[in-house]
Amino acid sequence: MSALVTRSLVKRFGGVLATDHVSLTVEPGELHAIIGPNGAGKSTLIGQLAGEIASDEGSVHVLGTDVTHMPTHKRAQLGLARTYQVTQLAKEFTALDNVLLAVNARAAHNFRFWGNAHHDAGAMQKATTALATVGLSHLHQAEVGTLAHGEQRQLEIAMALATEPKLLLLDEPLAGMSQGESSAIISLLKSLKGRYPMLLVEHDMDAVFALADRVSVLVYGRIIATDTPDRIRENAEVRAAYLGDGA
Amino acid sequence: MMTAQLALSHLLNGLQLGVLLFLLAAGLTLVFGIMSFVNLAHGSLYMLGAYFGAAAFANTDSFLLAIIAAVGGAGLVGLLLDRFALTKLYARDHLDQVLATFGLILFFNELIRIIWGPSSIFIQVPKALDSTIDIAGITYPSYRLAIIAVGLAVAFGLYVLIQKTRVGMLIRAGATNANMVAALGVNIKWLNTLVFALGAALAGLAGVMAGPIVSVQPGMGEPVLILTLVVIIIGGLGSIRGAFFAALIVGVVDTLGRAFMPTLMRSLMERNAADAAGPALASMLIYLFMAVVLAVKPQGLFPANVAATR
Amino acid sequence: MSEMKASSLWPVTLRWSAPRTITAVVVIALLAVLPMIAGALESSYYVSFATRVLIYALAAIGLNFILGFGGMVSLGHAMYVLLGAYAVAIPASHGVTSGFAHMALAVAVCIPLAACLGAVALRTSGIAFIMITLAFAQMLFFGAVSLKDYGGDDGLTVGARSTLGGLDLSNNTTLYYVTFVTVLVALYLSWRAVLSPFGLVLRATKSNPRRATALGHPIFRYQLTAYVASAVVCAIAGVLLANLTLFASPAYGAWTLSGELIVIVILGGLGTVFGPVVGAIILLALEEALPMLIEATLPDYKSNWMLLLGLFIFFVALLLKRGVFGSLKP
Repeated sequence: MSALVTRSLVKRFGGVLATDHVSLTVEPGELHAIIGPNGAGKSTLIGQLAGEIASDEGSVHVLGTDVTHMPTHKRAQLGLARTYQVTQLAKEFTALDNVLLAVNARAAHNFRFWGNAHHDAGAMQKATTALATVGLSHLHQAEVGTLAHGEQRQLEIAMALATEPKLLLLDEPLAGMSQGESSAIISLLKSLKGRYPMLLVEHDMDAVFALADRVSVLVYGRIIATDTPDRIRENAEVRAAYLGDGA
Repeated sequence: MMTAQLALSHLLNGLQLGVLLFLLAAGLTLVFGIMSFVNLAHGSLYMLGAYFGAAAFANTDSFLLAIIAAVGGAGLVGLLLDRFALTKLYARDHLDQVLATFGLILFFNELIRIIWGPSSIFIQVPKALDSTIDIAGITYPSYRLAIIAVGLAVAFGLYVLIQKTRVGMLIRAGATNANMVAALGVNIKWLNTLVFALGAALAGLAGVMAGPIVSVQPGMGEPVLILTLVVIIIGGLGSIRGAFFAALIVGVVDTLGRAFMPTLMRSLMERNAADAAGPALASMLIYLFMAVVLAVKPQGLFPANVAATR
Repeated sequence: MSEMKASSLWPVTLRWSAPRTITAVVVIALLAVLPMIAGALESSYYVSFATRVLIYALAAIGLNFILGFGGMVSLGHAMYVLLGAYAVAIPASHGVTSGFAHMALAVAVCIPLAACLGAVALRTSGIAFIMITLAFAQMLFFGAVSLKDYGGDDGLTVGARSTLGGLDLSNNTTLYYVTFVTVLVALYLSWRAVLSPFGLVLRATKSNPRRATALGHPIFRYQLTAYVASAVVCAIAGVLLANLTLFASPAYGAWTLSGELIVIVILGGLGTVFGPVVGAIILLALEEALPMLIEATLPDYKSNWMLLLGLFIFFVALLLKRGVFGSLKP
């Protein structure tokens, strides 16, 4: 069963087709990358998949369940986790508490008013592990506002992982990062590859071609090609539409 | 026949309340749209307008001068508030804005009490309009009709200003995306001040026009302010068009509700219960109406832009 | 009592040597012995005044739960105080004097009402939420005005204080201690709730609701639960207020009282558990002191002390970002 299937997904803003009949799949264990020039509608598409933006037409299935009309939090409970292009963290919380918040999103017994959230050994263990996975163990008591940009991006991924996802949507995880920070994230994504099905939206071509199993090219809301990285590199239409004037 | 005439007369009263609410709502909703600023003290500007007008009218006997004093005075106070008191609050969160302008309400109410005393003062209806007009079988006070006319004229003027002029274009753009306007190189501070002073002047106009038909007293701004807030919520925050239609709806619904709800209740239930429930329901009617609107359309009837409610 | 980092909402371990802890302990200790001091000074007025302060503090603790920790700016919480007061006055007018009955009625009416109003109000956020809560409070205010059988505009006097088991509330000192204990319980409960898994999500809905939702938290459920809980605390404050003043009137739901509650929360320190107590003490002491101060200097303007109060509130909003208690080291 595919982790993610979209059929003819459409989003209009006024008269503009931001998402133009997009059909794509993410297979189990696959890393499917989406590239495309600025304004191609990548973030809109991610928003539609996550449920933050309502689709006008088409359908979205996650792990065989139709989620087209499902609210965001229910999709997340199905196992769909995402990161944001612009970091979305609880700024006043510590790094650990951000991850704990993510861990607790999976807990069935979260509507409790009494016990101290920090005294839940199981949840704390999971949160610590997620921080360790992205290499932020040393900063678990640091307040998020004080973290460097790259560290905040790593934390984004840690939070997504802490929800024990069955599908990861990564919206430009390398955005605004230095060379060093980027390579840390790339090797992190490499280590996650195969463990989670991932849909990766990214600008950094080198990263995409190094990581992806398949690449889709999105131009003006439309997928003009989906293929292996090697073939995408050679696709004339893609070169003309995108690679020609960028990479 | 009697009922139809009565209904028409209440309908006109409702329109008259509606246009007054629009004058207040226009400024409040624009200030919100452009500066994302909650100005609870907007009702104070309405009160100041009434008092400035009353003072000018008492001294000059000219209602025209009273209007000029009210509009100019309230506009000036608005300008000073914007420049010297509120600028720092525009970037702050709504909580600080609510608190600060709540403080200003207490300040202005007390200031009025010190200057003009605690009891209400009266503004005479201007002589030229102190008559009645026959419309469709009813006699209606000319003054109230004049309020409706002035209100509609101002609404039209605002429409022209906002839709047809460069300043209006900037205001519209600012309401949707303030950063963009700033990026265009427009002095956003100047635009803020202009909009704030304009809103204050309109509130002052509403105050002086309401003067002869309400009691002019300290604290008169608050009930009107709360009605105005209901108007801009129903209309959609930041939307002038929404404010206009919502103001008329609220004015008419509120007036007709107060007029007919008790009678209506009496036909539905026994007299004692109806006499208790009627007025209660009448005064709660617009809030219930607002609740229904929000339950169906959380952004209001004419949302200016989706992001604006945050 | 409080255990927050200065810049953070996140509570760390309670440190007994921290200025906030010391302040909280000292304030509570002083409140505990206050009736004895007042008794020694033979000034029973101050016991009533202190009861009033504690009742305002209680309502503000309720409001702070959603305002300080959930980021929901309700400008209508006085309506629940109003509700609590009428839950005493109306049964009392029919001869029901049991305090337990009053309390039960207040809570039983408050929960469904707050759930309905909260559910509508929470469909919006930001400025719209502020305005809607204000409008709902106004609705209830007019509802109370129209209760002609129960005093209408003028309000309703309560014949005697509620009976509460073996406690004699007609004794001012007893009423004071009942209020004092209620405040302590509310403080403890809100402290526990803030630290709990529920509190973690609630604080996240303030900090970043979008992220909390994307992680899979149904934030509406958390917000609504917190809203109802905070309303119940305000209703209980209303029950106590009607007992103190032996009176209930629509004015208890006036929007100025809702405004004052917000002032108290901010003045004390937004998002600190103990802040509302400090805020209530400062605001009510100021409201008491200002008229005296003006009488001593400009006697003609004694009744105009609200002018200065207004300016004070304005500058608190402008300058005092963390509040008095919130500025202390945790």
